[in-house]
Amino acid sequence: MILRRPFFWIILLIAAGFIYAPLHGNNVSLREDLILIAIAIILASNLNLMIGYTGYVNFGHIVFYGLGGYVGLYLTTVRGWNLVLSALVAGVVVSLCGFLFGLAILRLRGAYFALATIGILQAVQAFVSNFDPWGRSTGMYLSFASYQPLGGARRALWITYFLIIAVMALSMILSLAIKNSKFGLGLFAIREDEDAAVVLGVNATLYKAIIYSVSAFLPAVAGALMFFKNGMIDPSIAFEYMLSLEGIVMLMLGGQGSVIGAALGGTLYEKLRSYLLTSPVLSNFHLVIAGGLLLMVVLFAPGGLIGWLYRWVPRSRKVIE
Amino acid sequence: MSALLEVRGVSKRFGGLVAVSDVSFSIAEGEILGLIGPNGAGKTTLFNIVNGVYKADQGSITFAGKDITRYSPDKVVHLGLARTHQIVKPLNDLTVLDNVTVGACFGREYLDMAAARKVASEVLQQVGLGDRADLVARSLTIAGKKRLEVARALAAKPKLLLLDEVLAGLNPTEVATMIELVRKIRDSGISVLMIEHLMQAIMSLSNRVVVLNLGRKLAEGLPDEVVHNSDVVEAYLGFPDIVDKLTRTD
Amino acid sequence: MSGILASMIDGVLVGAVYGLAAMGLSLIWGVMDVINLTHGAMIALGMFCMYLLYAATGINAYLLLLPTIGFGLVIGLVVYWMAVHWVVGRSMLMSLLSTFAVNMMVIGIGTAVWSTSPYNVNFVLPGITMGAYTFTGNHIAAAISAVVIALALQLFLYRTRTGKAIRAVADNREAAELMGISSTAVLSIAFAIGIALACTSGALVSTLFPFTILSGAVYQLKSFVVTILAGLGKPFGALVAGVLLGLLEGVVTPFIAVSWIPLIEFGLFVVVLVAFPQGIFGKRATA
Repeated sequence: MILRRPFFWIILLIAAGFIYAPLHGNNVSLREDLILIAIAIILASNLNLMIGYTGYVNFGHIVFYGLGGYVGLYLTTVRGWNLVLSALVAGVVVSLCGFLFGLAILRLRGAYFALATIGILQAVQAFVSNFDPWGRSTGMYLSFASYQPLGGARRALWITYFLIIAVMALSMILSLAIKNSKFGLGLFAIREDEDAAVVLGVNATLYKAIIYSVSAFLPAVAGALMFFKNGMIDPSIAFEYMLSLEGIVMLMLGGQGSVIGAALGGTLYEKLRSYLLTSPVLSNFHLVIAGGLLLMVVLFAPGGLIGWLYRWVPRSRKVIE
Repeated sequence: MSALLEVRGVSKRFGGLVAVSDVSFSIAEGEILGLIGPNGAGKTTLFNIVNGVYKADQGSITFAGKDITRYSPDKVVHLGLARTHQIVKPLNDLTVLDNVTVGACFGREYLDMAAARKVASEVLQQVGLGDRADLVARSLTIAGKKRLEVARALAAKPKLLLLDEVLAGLNPTEVATMIELVRKIRDSGISVLMIEHLMQAIMSLSNRVVVLNLGRKLAEGLPDEVVHNSDVVEAYLGFPDIVDKLTRTD
Repeated sequence: MSGILASMIDGVLVGAVYGLAAMGLSLIWGVMDVINLTHGAMIALGMFCMYLLYAATGINAYLLLLPTIGFGLVIGLVVYWMAVHWVVGRSMLMSLLSTFAVNMMVIGIGTAVWSTSPYNVNFVLPGITMGAYTFTGNHIAAAISAVVIALALQLFLYRTRTGKAIRAVADNREAAELMGISSTAVLSIAFAIGIALACTSGALVSTLFPFTILSGAVYQLKSFVVTILAGLGKPFGALVAGVLLGLLEGVVTPFIAVSWIPLIEFGLFVVVLVAFPQGIFGKRATA
């Protein structure tokens, strides 16, 4: 039934584009640009499940990505496991952690929940910084030998890239599937009015726990893949608070609640970010500009870019989801 | 015939305030029970206790043979007990159709999306919102939103429907339409427990009436008996023959 | 044993400053149901305000608190009209995001101007020595300042017309408007006061510890813990809860590495949220 949604094919097309573009001509710098965009899309899409669909603001979303990176790197480097297996296990383990965190904090509403997610991020970071097997505050390094099973460093980077594109496509497909499902409708009901939703028969407690841990899975897998590619991880780069916040800006910019909104916001913001970070004048102001952008969106266009599109072209809602 | 809903000795207090005190009554299948009383008598609190939003401090509630005293609201709906709210709670950014689909998806029959959508469309036709199915819920008038509340509850295929002041804020024409709707609901086999201040509606719809005052049950019986009960007149109605005057049709 | 006692007393003193910071957060939250995510940035701005004032004039830092309060009020008004006015009454998400956006901007500008190097305010008051332990004068003065300001706030809220108007709006904005109170004026003043409290607490912190533009975040988390502990609406409740938090830190720090503290405070935060829905003293706002 999801195959009948036109947007499903658009997602596949986008993924194909991401694969073909850098492959054609062996364009490594393009690949590096696109991988950052893909990660942004993965983070924003999964964050959308919590914020856009369920109405629960998660400020500490990056914790799943970072934990996934740690578990993945630990399994590949220290244990010598296969990359794909490590990434999948990382996804499962982090989802389970997410479920446990969720049990603790999902009974909190609105802003209290948001604050609690910041607390979780900081608590996990504090914990990992003191955790010996994971290198404490120094972190872990990948030895080059780990690239061997994949056919050497150069090939490994390409393979990792393809895997990340696959995760990106899966993130978007997951968003699309949930949006059109009964489960998704329950989430929307929770977002609109949680008390009314419960009175209508939605098991809000269960649904929230499920979506919270589901929203952890793919970012964790992506984290395992990405940190493997980068070859190193430490608490400050794994749990970068800024990245969490930028995820929110991306989502608001593109339009929370829609699949394409997360992707669009991720892409635009990532482009803006790389431009700002490489510009000698503006690099200090990247936070200021991000903040300013978020403020503009909140004050004038809370539906984001896609919100505008839906307002001017109502028919686009059916195709561009 | 065993009662569909049995409320026995239910009490609830909030801090120092006793909201409901030792209230008991029952509802049979296929009947409309009117629940009346002055504001603050504990009527909505009683609703909240019956459908699980509040937990009773004392007493028990049995529905269709099951003890639902400790049930959460979502479990209660699955058994077939649905309710509307006094202050309407539309799912604002969803369409009217989606609103009702939620009711059908998570109600007694727990339907899948496609089937739920169909039931939702039918129910919307029944309540007269069929032409507004694709509108966003927030854009409805208050009368429309009230009808949406009822539609959502009906889509859950309940055996018992709790209506909380479903006529409040409606103009006379809308009131007449809603009264007809409630009658049709009862005739289709669904029992109704309705909180209402509009005596004309209570008199024409209710099979029996329960009166609450200051958290206690003041009277119970046929509508005619109750409105002529001197305690009820003193506590709530004001004048002995007011109801006769209000419901006179000449 | 007396080492722990000294640590506890010190904790109580610093805790008074936590309480002051929390008062700002709690006031804004209680009056307009907005969770001010610029709080940390404003605390940091207060730190730098004190730094600049002291570097420029060399006057007693505690006298410089007065211009700092003024600075805080002005900044508060600016932020209110920039981001807050438009989201009062909209969903919690919007007010979280808009104050959050301002936070990002302030931290961004602050980092550009001051980078992330540590700064210091070198104003030191002589301490009080009891036996083997010396309580730094700055800690004592900071605690006294915090209590004085809390008293002033309490007087303001309960003895002046504006204060009463603020409490009325906090209670029921529509009703207050119907009584002729301009809620916009009241909200902007209340917000400005809340920011001024944050800045002032930052200024006090700057005399106690070295700081960077990012230091505000730590105090923001503490403010949230204190606000949740205390419930909303009572300045003195926040002060007491702040002191309790400081006391807890004093008891714990001799035994545990500093890096574990965020973990402990976060744990406390969640426990209090879940176990004390009403806060320990006052009312809990709907979130």
